[in-house]
Amino acid sequence: MDWTWFHKFGSPPHVYRLAGTLTPWFAWPAGILIIAALYGGLVLAPPDYQQGDGFRIIYVHAPSAWLSTMVYAVMASAAAVGLIWRMKVAHAVAASCAGVGASFTAASLVTGMLWGEPMWGTWWVWDPRLVAQLVLLFLFLGYIGLRSAIDDLGRADRASAVLAIVGVVNLPIIRYSVEWWNSIHQTPSVMKMDRPSMPMDMLAPLLMMLLGFTLFFVAVLLVRLRAEVLRRERGAAWVKEVVS
Amino acid sequence: MSEFFHMGGYAAYLWPAYLLTFAVLGWNVLSARRALREARAEARRRLTADREDGA
Repeated sequence: MDWTWFHKFGSPPHVYRLAGTLTPWFAWPAGILIIAALYGGLVLAPPDYQQGDGFRIIYVHAPSAWLSTMVYAVMASAAAVGLIWRMKVAHAVAASCAGVGASFTAASLVTGMLWGEPMWGTWWVWDPRLVAQLVLLFLFLGYIGLRSAIDDLGRADRASAVLAIVGVVNLPIIRYSVEWWNSIHQTPSVMKMDRPSMPMDMLAPLLMMLLGFTLFFVAVLLVRLRAEVLRRERGAAWVKEVVS
Repeated sequence: MSEFFHMGGYAAYLWPAYLLTFAVLGWNVLSARRALREARAEARRRLTADREDGA
């Protein structure tokens, strides 16, 4: 098997240039999808028969929650690759994920509260799903805090990678909390084995939002990755070419 | 139009949720671009400093 592609992904100048080339290919579709989904979700989708127009919070809540766990999975996988194959670029990917993940986890929690108050009659309950999502926020913040507390970059990479990998146990807890325990939170409507329990004009904007947020994350990750790679490669000869 | 903004009585919950989520999207764009700009400026500063040391 030809492994040159793998080595190329380990080469900082290659990653820096490739990330720069790819960014607009993710950013523009993300922007278009999110704006179209906004129109579909707020204007075209009919009100829910139980929740009226209140259900439309789903179009910002579900994509934020999806990103929060997806970003964590990417962060932990990159951290594992960095730890196992001592690949510096993988550590740079993991480090670039943390801030994005924390921000969308916070968004999912607050939009969830804004949905919970009118529908459940409470902003917050100590419910398994909600607690697991709060733990996810602390994992992201802990990861960021740990990195900034260690001056040596190599040690910061390794220590934070271990934390990220250990925290993966929280992901299935978030996913299955609504099925394992008697949760106030509803079970999945879209990401389940049988057909989604939603009419198409409600579902289409949601799927577009989910895809739009995912592409948005990739675009932001690519920009942050370039910054991270540049910071790590200060002294390298190729840096001279790309910044002057 | 005002009916649209009223959102069937859920305006007080729905619009803050949308506002916050789009603020988070905006923050992500700005902070990522700022990080790249600062990393480039820092690399440029180092290169100039190295040149002056060598001279």
